[in-house]
Amino acid sequence: MILPAIALSVFRESVRDKVFYNLLLFAVILVGASLLVGQTTAGQDLKIIKDLGLAATSLFGLFIAVFIGIGLVWKEVERRSVYSLLSKPVRRSDLVLGKYLGLVFTLLVNVAVMALALYGLLGYVHLTTGEAERLAWEAPAADPALLIAFALIFAQLMLVTALALFFSTFSSPMLSAAFTFGLYIVGHFNADLKNFEAIVPSRPVAWLARGLYYLLPNLAPFEIKAQVVHGQAVAAGHVGLTLAYAAVYIAALLLAASVIFSRRDLK
Amino acid sequence: MSAAGTGLRGAGVALALAGLVGTAVGLQVVRDRVYGEPRPERGFLYLQSPQTVRRLSLSYAALLADLYWVRAVQYYGGNRLAKEPNRNYDLLYPLLDITTTLDPAFNIAYRFGAVFLAAPFPGGAGRPDLAIALLEKGFRANPRRWHYLYDIGFVHYWELSDFPGAARWFEKAADVPGAPWWLRSMAAVTATQGGDRRASRLLWQVQLDNAENDWVRNNAALRLRQLDALDQIDALTEALRQYTARSGAGLRRWEDLVRAGVIPGMPRDPTGVPYIIDPDSGVVTVSPESDLYPLPVGPRATPRAR
Repeated sequence: MILPAIALSVFRESVRDKVFYNLLLFAVILVGASLLVGQTTAGQDLKIIKDLGLAATSLFGLFIAVFIGIGLVWKEVERRSVYSLLSKPVRRSDLVLGKYLGLVFTLLVNVAVMALALYGLLGYVHLTTGEAERLAWEAPAADPALLIAFALIFAQLMLVTALALFFSTFSSPMLSAAFTFGLYIVGHFNADLKNFEAIVPSRPVAWLARGLYYLLPNLAPFEIKAQVVHGQAVAAGHVGLTLAYAAVYIAALLLAASVIFSRRDLK
Repeated sequence: MSAAGTGLRGAGVALALAGLVGTAVGLQVVRDRVYGEPRPERGFLYLQSPQTVRRLSLSYAALLADLYWVRAVQYYGGNRLAKEPNRNYDLLYPLLDITTTLDPAFNIAYRFGAVFLAAPFPGGAGRPDLAIALLEKGFRANPRRWHYLYDIGFVHYWELSDFPGAARWFEKAADVPGAPWWLRSMAAVTATQGGDRRASRLLWQVQLDNAENDWVRNNAALRLRQLDALDQIDALTEALRQYTARSGAGLRRWEDLVRAGVIPGMPRDPTGVPYIIDPDSGVVTVSPESDLYPLPVGPRATPRAR
């Protein structure tokens, strides 16, 4: 029962830290955009609202995952509150896992509320648009397929949280943030590593690059927002494999974080 | 400190803040009045390479595409409405190229963008070649969208007066799986009666009837009004020719024609703006103030015999 207790305390702390104020900003951006879009562009209002909603969900989630994730363990050590925690029957790995689950729960609430808000706005757009214009839409306004995009955004955020937590077990917040953002960016350029032999004649370098391709987190497959918005089908196999990849990668990161934190000298 | 003291202090701080912000605004107003308002940089694109922008976008390519699309629309609209005679649309294609590289399925960016590019200057960039290039790029990325080939046909027909070329593109569009049956009829009509005003009217009427949204619908309606204007100009030119042949006098003002009772009043185009007579050549055309300006070079009037 210790894991839920730690997770809940992280969630409560997020609420105390006013993390959910970003939801207010999200709502303002969505409503503001929906009012502005029609005035500033020709057509594609629906596409822009969907793009904006999904991108804002992903971006706000990224900032929460990184900036809270990097402090999860470090803050406990820095405040020395870790000693009182570990004096109880709590294993260090439980602490790492509990902290992770707490932040993931915070992100889940965040993404869920944003998804509801976006669906609400899209429902309004649907009701206020004429039948003839609706026929020209690439996908329905409140398209259930958007949930797939939300699911992969959430999975990506879980992976980024695990990265931030992993770095926070042995590094300062500043460095952890730099490492996490660095890997987030590299994660979108992975395809270049795989095809490195096309630009580098050296075989060992090409092998090294290919090794890094498989080792570093590959975030590009999580990127299906555009497909969903355009009403294009996303293969269930792709979604399943990407979610499985996220689960395995997260498990590896949490295992490594637990081992590092368990061996860390906290004196 | 007492509650009253704290409240007083808070009010003082709020007042000071309001005063400082108000002063900053006032200083800006004075500076703008004396030295002129800063003009936003319109003709500048920081990142020219679509591939670079795409790579920098990480997982936000679609949103960036939207932003570039909004910028393209604003750039086009701003230049179209601008009064400067030396204005140009140099950045329009790069903006559209970046938009469609960021989001290769951005349907409207291809279709509207091609209209913006192909329309003759100053109503558009006057670059049908770039319009065709954009639409070809769209079809390469979306091989099921017959609309792009159909639009290329329109560019050939309307902007290049290349009617056999237009017919070929309509035919190609008809070959795409899922394309509507009337494309083949359109290709046949274009091949046999290309350049004929009646055929043009048919093309735009089809466009109007199948419009996906208001913008396409309004554009088709505008083109149909341009065709109406061409008909009216033909009638006015004929009235002018007959009057000058009868009276032997050169005529350069509508008032003379109205006074002579040839026409009932000042002739106006379908948007309500008076037609103008070129004082040198005597050619009747629409006013540059009209939404119909400039009129297309073709198509020719349908002969009565047909």
